[in-house]
Amino acid sequence: MSDSVKDRVIAIIAEQAVLEPSDVKMDSTLEDLGIDSLGLVESIFAIEEAFDIQVPFNANDPSESEFDISSVAAIVRAVEGLVADQNA
Amino acid sequence: MRRVVITGQGTINALGHNVPATLAAFREGRCGIGEIDIRDVERLSIRIGGQVRGYEPEEHFNRQQIALYDRFTQFTLMAAREAIAQSGLDFCGELSHEAGVVLGTSGGGMTTLDENYRSVYEEGKNRVHPFVVPKLMNNAAASHVSMTYNLRGPSFTVATACASSNHAMGQAFHLIRSGISRVIVTGGSESMLCFGGIKAWEGLRVMSRDACRPFSANRNGMVQGEGAAVFVFEEYDHARARGAEILAEVVGFAMTADASDIVMPSRQGAARAIAGALRDAKLAPTDVGYINAHGTGTAANDKTECAAVADVFGAHADRLMISSTKSMHGHLIGGTGAVELLACIMALKDGVIAPTIGYEEPDPECMLDVVPNEAREAQVDVVLSNAFAFGGLNAVLALRRA
Repeated sequence: MSDSVKDRVIAIIAEQAVLEPSDVKMDSTLEDLGIDSLGLVESIFAIEEAFDIQVPFNANDPSESEFDISSVAAIVRAVEGLVADQNA
Repeated sequence: MRRVVITGQGTINALGHNVPATLAAFREGRCGIGEIDIRDVERLSIRIGGQVRGYEPEEHFNRQQIALYDRFTQFTLMAAREAIAQSGLDFCGELSHEAGVVLGTSGGGMTTLDENYRSVYEEGKNRVHPFVVPKLMNNAAASHVSMTYNLRGPSFTVATACASSNHAMGQAFHLIRSGISRVIVTGGSESMLCFGGIKAWEGLRVMSRDACRPFSANRNGMVQGEGAAVFVFEEYDHARARGAEILAEVVGFAMTADASDIVMPSRQGAARAIAGALRDAKLAPTDVGYINAHGTGTAANDKTECAAVADVFGAHADRLMISSTKSMHGHLIGGTGAVELLACIMALKDGVIAPTIGYEEPDPECMLDVVPNEAREAQVDVVLSNAFAFGGLNAVLALRRA
């Protein structure tokens, strides 16, 4: 895979937000990007499919999940961690 | 009690993607049934249906909408768009708080179920898309109509198999007649032409492999269809006050249960529903000029329905017209009564009776005027729409010329 985890996560988020990847900034929050709760679970599904990982995310209480969704950078870091665990 | 009129109609079905195209097909006696084009069709023994053709979701909905809308919801929204546009209604303020949406469907999001069962059972995947539940639930279509048009009053979905739409429209009629609401968007939708949907019907061995020929002695079963029809039911004074075009008036409705068999129809149950609708509308049997039959093309339904009509109408049964438009659009299951109401309104408004096509041989047990093969011009003042569901649940609507 040539693209970095970061580029692929940004592509998924951009598609969900109907934006160009270049418009998705690392410090953006999902709220800034107009992604609602359904959009979030759809993004997580797309991330799980793309990286073949299990994302520990419970939509009942996103803030209590181990998966940090507070910004694009946090999501990228969390996915990088899950991918590293997978390969370990 | 308030009077209830119809001020908008919309549809998409095998005969056309809107009302004018569908009514043109009714007038021409055109058949919308043909070979179906779906995944794994080669594993089906039944390969015909009234499939909606030339329909591309991308032309009507954006990517995010398509991700959330099962085919039955898409059909509903297409039909609702046409119906509400015709009505000229804009739902805001007080009206939006009482206006609702009552729709019929039997299977709900069958395509979504089918695709995701394949994914987990056949392909062995352990993860499904997060929208599976909101797509497949039976009330998804009603909810999306509510959200799209700001309908905030009584809204729900009715599921009584092949009578779903008639039961739904009957509830809409009651909600307006009783004064609970001035406007209800109503009708029904079905999209069961997927591998699992057809395979299930094959199991019953009541499906025809070649054509739907209601009332014809050589009939050999039903043919499935798909699509939707949606209507705007409105309180008469409200419609008059805003100068809306009134397509027809809904004057009566009755429901009965056979309480006898899960699949075989009952002459008495059907007759009680027909007679009940007339009584509710305060009409005499002789007032009725046309009946849109349930007319599925099965041996059991058609002879039972003719016997029930003979019981209720006596000598007048030989003077009224009764046709089954399922011969053209197929049996839309939970959406069928809604598409068939289009033929009822056409009879009242345009004086054209849609035919029973595919009629080849008289059946001594179905000797009514079934308007064989060609549409007929005739002025009628009152029509009935019959629906007799599996499970013995019957629903009959009575409509009068505006």
